[in-house]
Amino acid sequence: MSSSKEAWGSRVGLVLAMAGNAVGLGNFLRFPVQAINNGGGAFIIPYLVSFLLMGIPLLWIEWSMGRFGGKSGNHSTPYILDSMAKARWFKYFGVFGIWTNLAVAAYYCYIESWTMSYVMHSIGRTFDGMTQIQVADFFRQYVDITVTTTGIPYEAVIFYILCLFLNTWILSRGLSGGVERTAKIGMPLLILFGIFLAIRGLTLGTSGASEAHPDANAWAGINFLWEPQFDSLWNPKVWLAAAGQIFFTLSVGMGTIHCYAAYVKAKDDVALNAMSAGWMNEFVEVVLGSLIVIPIAAGYLGLNWVKENAGFGMAFQTMPFLFENWGPFLATLAGVFWFGLLFFAGITSSLAMGTPWMGFMEDEFKWGRKKSAWSFGFIVLVLGLPTVFLFNYGVFDEYDYWAGTVSLVIFALAESVLFAWVFGIDKGWKELTTGADMKVPDFYKFVIKYVTPVFLLFVFIGSVFSPLNGDWTGALSSLMNGQGWALDNGSIIRQLFNSGLREQIAAATDPLQKATLEERLAYIEGARILLSAVFLGICYLVYLAYRKRKLEGRPA
Amino acid sequence: MTAVAILTMITTMGIVTGFAVYFFFKVLSTPPKKDGEE
Repeated sequence: MSSSKEAWGSRVGLVLAMAGNAVGLGNFLRFPVQAINNGGGAFIIPYLVSFLLMGIPLLWIEWSMGRFGGKSGNHSTPYILDSMAKARWFKYFGVFGIWTNLAVAAYYCYIESWTMSYVMHSIGRTFDGMTQIQVADFFRQYVDITVTTTGIPYEAVIFYILCLFLNTWILSRGLSGGVERTAKIGMPLLILFGIFLAIRGLTLGTSGASEAHPDANAWAGINFLWEPQFDSLWNPKVWLAAAGQIFFTLSVGMGTIHCYAAYVKAKDDVALNAMSAGWMNEFVEVVLGSLIVIPIAAGYLGLNWVKENAGFGMAFQTMPFLFENWGPFLATLAGVFWFGLLFFAGITSSLAMGTPWMGFMEDEFKWGRKKSAWSFGFIVLVLGLPTVFLFNYGVFDEYDYWAGTVSLVIFALAESVLFAWVFGIDKGWKELTTGADMKVPDFYKFVIKYVTPVFLLFVFIGSVFSPLNGDWTGALSSLMNGQGWALDNGSIIRQLFNSGLREQIAAATDPLQKATLEERLAYIEGARILLSAVFLGICYLVYLAYRKRKLEGRPA
Repeated sequence: MTAVAILTMITTMGIVTGFAVYFFFKVLSTPPKKDGEE
């Protein structure tokens, strides 16, 4: 039985914490951009298909695995996986479920700290009277930590440390007193803030048109987002983008869901809870996420501007300027609501990232909750400071690529095979349906066994061999004609060898530019070494835990 | 906005909101299990 003293205080708290884990910055910033770039309204078809065939099965797999592991006192992925398979090496696959969280938390807390800082700037009316270019420059200066935007030296670093301190402190208060309480406050506020901004986006219409942007029209933005371009459905790039979005938005393949579910009582439901948290995340993403950034930007800057500039940076580089059109009071309110919303979306996710490490150290080395939480904070600080100081040198992106993208797919593929084929679909199905407060459709047994692993395999292969500019049709015909397969710089193979950057270095003629690129390559490789060292360090801890368990006569 | 865009948006948002409300309501309205109950 579990020796952990941690437990969820209530079922609603658990569902809100799980939904908070899934709802993140990507719901508001990544989803609308992906939809616009991949067929507008037609994107929703592969998106929902991916949710039904990959997202929901993975949620059920991870919840079931977590509760199964929790029954024998395992609250983190190494020994959850170990408890499900005879092969001893499976526990080392579980290292992904700790490592990913440490690495993602390191840069994720940095974005979260921007939202904290921007709430302060919204209240202080920093953006009052600024032009759009000045607001964008403000952000560039903010992340260039050598420049101070407000007179506070190293403001970005200070806010990062404050943000990490807050996360660690909440984690040290425990699951029920810290994480669950934060979710119970944060999730309703996030939805409330989102509804306020979505109503503004939906009702803005043509009222934001100006001399500079006479064609500005919020409805044109919504129309562009939802007008289906059905021909895009035949493009594999669109399907991969939809599947990728489902991954990011549900926080599957990370190890956080297993950890949260490990604290569910053995006879309690997992099937309905998973569905509730999953659909709540979809509501925030599809309904609120699509009605804020794009309509408001199109309402003041026009659709063409949105098409050219749609991206992650709009949240910080554009939105504060747009809010200024609403007058001082509403601009302040909207700024606090927007960045507050992003903050709550961020913190409910970053808190989840702390629990797998804590669960592992508490289970295996009998560390107390506070010691586990502060050690998490310390590791994330050490890992995260390079992303803060070297943000402009690609370190942040390097963490995001390996920990926040590739690792998720590898781990999800491994766990889906483990659940359906090694543990066995019959045992897995029994685990999922035990205590279920809903009827799980029988055809999901087939989906979990065959469809989800194959779907994930395609996503993985698609990431390894991503063709140039995502042009699958062109790449296939080129291959058929014997002209080879041109890989995109974003493919795993070219990323692994930093091929794109190396080609840039080779082509550079200006010595200064060459030196800058070489410096960038050195930092990226340094970041990779650091991430690898952390991964190997966790592997060693798992080995020590194995030795300790053997000595104590526990299942190892 | 075109009719097809409005239809796509309302249908999608209706489905997503409907499921989110339905499942959350089911969570709220299902009584907790007693010890030994499955």
